[in-house]
Amino acid sequence: MVALAQVRPPRPAAPTTTGAHIRIRGVSHHFDLKDGPLPVLDGVELDVAPGEFVALLGPSGCGKSTLLRLVAGLEPAAAGELLQDGRPIRNPDPSRIVVFQDPTLYPWRTVRDNVALGLQARGVLRREAHRVEQALALVGLSEFAEVHPHQLSGGMAQRVALARALVNDPALLVLDEPLGKLDSLTRLAMQSELVSLWQRSGFSVLLVTHDVEEALFMAQRVIVFSERPARIKADLTVDLPYPRHRGSPRLAELRHQALGLLGLDATW
Amino acid sequence: MASAPYASAPYGTPYTGPRQTGARYSDAAVYRAPKEPTPTDAPAPASIQPAIPPSASARRPLWWSGATAGLAWLVVGLLTWLLPNAPAGFTEWNYTVESGIATTAGAGLLLALALAAPWLGGALDRLRPAGLWLIALALFTGAWQLLTAKYGVLPTPFFAPPQSLAEVYIDDWARLSDSAWHSLRLLGHGFLVGAGVGFLTGVAIGWSRAVGYWVHPLIRFIGPIPASALLPLAFFVFPSSYAAAVFLIALATGFPVAVLTWSGVAGVNRNYYDVARTLGASQWFLVLRVAIPAALPQVFVGLFMGLGGAFSILVTAEMMGVKAGLGWYLTWAQGWAAYTNMYAALIVMALVCSGLITLLFAVRDRVLSWQKGTVKW
Repeated sequence: MVALAQVRPPRPAAPTTTGAHIRIRGVSHHFDLKDGPLPVLDGVELDVAPGEFVALLGPSGCGKSTLLRLVAGLEPAAAGELLQDGRPIRNPDPSRIVVFQDPTLYPWRTVRDNVALGLQARGVLRREAHRVEQALALVGLSEFAEVHPHQLSGGMAQRVALARALVNDPALLVLDEPLGKLDSLTRLAMQSELVSLWQRSGFSVLLVTHDVEEALFMAQRVIVFSERPARIKADLTVDLPYPRHRGSPRLAELRHQALGLLGLDATW
Repeated sequence: MASAPYASAPYGTPYTGPRQTGARYSDAAVYRAPKEPTPTDAPAPASIQPAIPPSASARRPLWWSGATAGLAWLVVGLLTWLLPNAPAGFTEWNYTVESGIATTAGAGLLLALALAAPWLGGALDRLRPAGLWLIALALFTGAWQLLTAKYGVLPTPFFAPPQSLAEVYIDDWARLSDSAWHSLRLLGHGFLVGAGVGFLTGVAIGWSRAVGYWVHPLIRFIGPIPASALLPLAFFVFPSSYAAAVFLIALATGFPVAVLTWSGVAGVNRNYYDVARTLGASQWFLVLRVAIPAALPQVFVGLFMGLGGAFSILVTAEMMGVKAGLGWYLTWAQGWAAYTNMYAALIVMALVCSGLITLLFAVRDRVLSWQKGTVKW
């Protein structure tokens, strides 16, 4: 993995997309449960600059994933507003693609047809079919195009899900613990893959994770959330160039700081 | 969302081996991800092979069970042919000698094939597993022959020897095949109407709250009534007994198809919809490309159950009012105390029904080829 992180990917001349500018203004949200409302988000203020990689870090079940669903437009926020490039987010939109913790591939479709889903849904598959092959090549699964999802390993399935997102040329990639269910080796490799994909395409990224190292290794900024209802506790800037080295002393320092914010610094 | 727990991944074979290679970047901007070691049970694309059959050139062993079956059938054939029939009071069993000779000839052929198996290559590979069944059938037919024609142990009008079945098929094939054709036509009309309406109803209830509000109580109230209970009503409401039977068969088919389609659509993993919605899918896309494909396994269970229900109401309707078909043939044969004809019609019916179910399963296996393990019929 060390060797892998040191290989420098060739920088493309110009990013293929411009990243979305996301502004989250005073967003609060709650779930309506039987015993009354359960607050999950409390006055969240967050700006994601175009092309920025931001990680949301927080304890399990604190409401990070809910924030992602609001950003994706899958649900309306109870209070506050979410803006993409100045326009309010009301509905899901293919410019903001979510990759979930489960790959959620359609088992009845081959890998190629799964990747083609977004193009087909928007009725542009015929015109842009070549993008499917490009996306498959990007995640290294061209040879597996005709395979059905049940024949894939967890890591491969998650890469297909990634290709399914990238084929749409998103301005914002919303990653909801996308590596959470992978074994640790696959996970490390895919962290580097994701970073290099992001570097080469120029979209903005919002990554939800509860893995401190993952957040610090990948993101430019790490937003630390409190317990539910989630409030922003800290906004850490990871001032390290890519590709990063996992053993870097600066990362260790930041990790200590982040774990401290989560109340887990006793062992570090 | 907290309310939608992630289903444990229904696919995804566990990753089994450590990564061997690190990522490499080629100088072209195309990035090649590290190759995943292929999991043991997830072979490379399009390379799922059945167990490798023995190579065509390999010499097969003698087919012992086939040879034994050949001998057993030879005994049955000779018994039928050479042992005199017991006097049966009112009739002589026709075709005794002919069926004896035919059986003996068939047995000789089977025996020859079994003994020649080592030199026939793979030609018998599909027949081999049937060896024990061939022996069992010979024993059954032999006992049947002895208990009826040869010694008359079983009472005659109700139990007829095997050769009398042959007599029915030879002498009455026109009426039998005509009946089978009428049954198939009626069943086809009813089943297709019922499956179509049931499927659309199921999708509509599963998808739309408003449709569900109105249709669900109706299905709950009317659906469980056995369709045969509505026979008398249907026969006077509808202009013809044929139309009444189509309606009842459609009802018997439609109920399970609707209920299972509905439960299939309602049970679709919510995340499938979220994925499609974030990719810009319309409502129609969600129904046609997400809900229906995801519900198809359930739909086929419904079709299977519906087909069973349709057989039942088909025969009942033919026995009670429709003046054609295998059900009608059964009552007609019973009316004339032609029990052999009844057995012959029952065998035809078993072949037809079993054949249709086989057909349905073949269609299902084709449509659902993406599923991992499906029950083989």
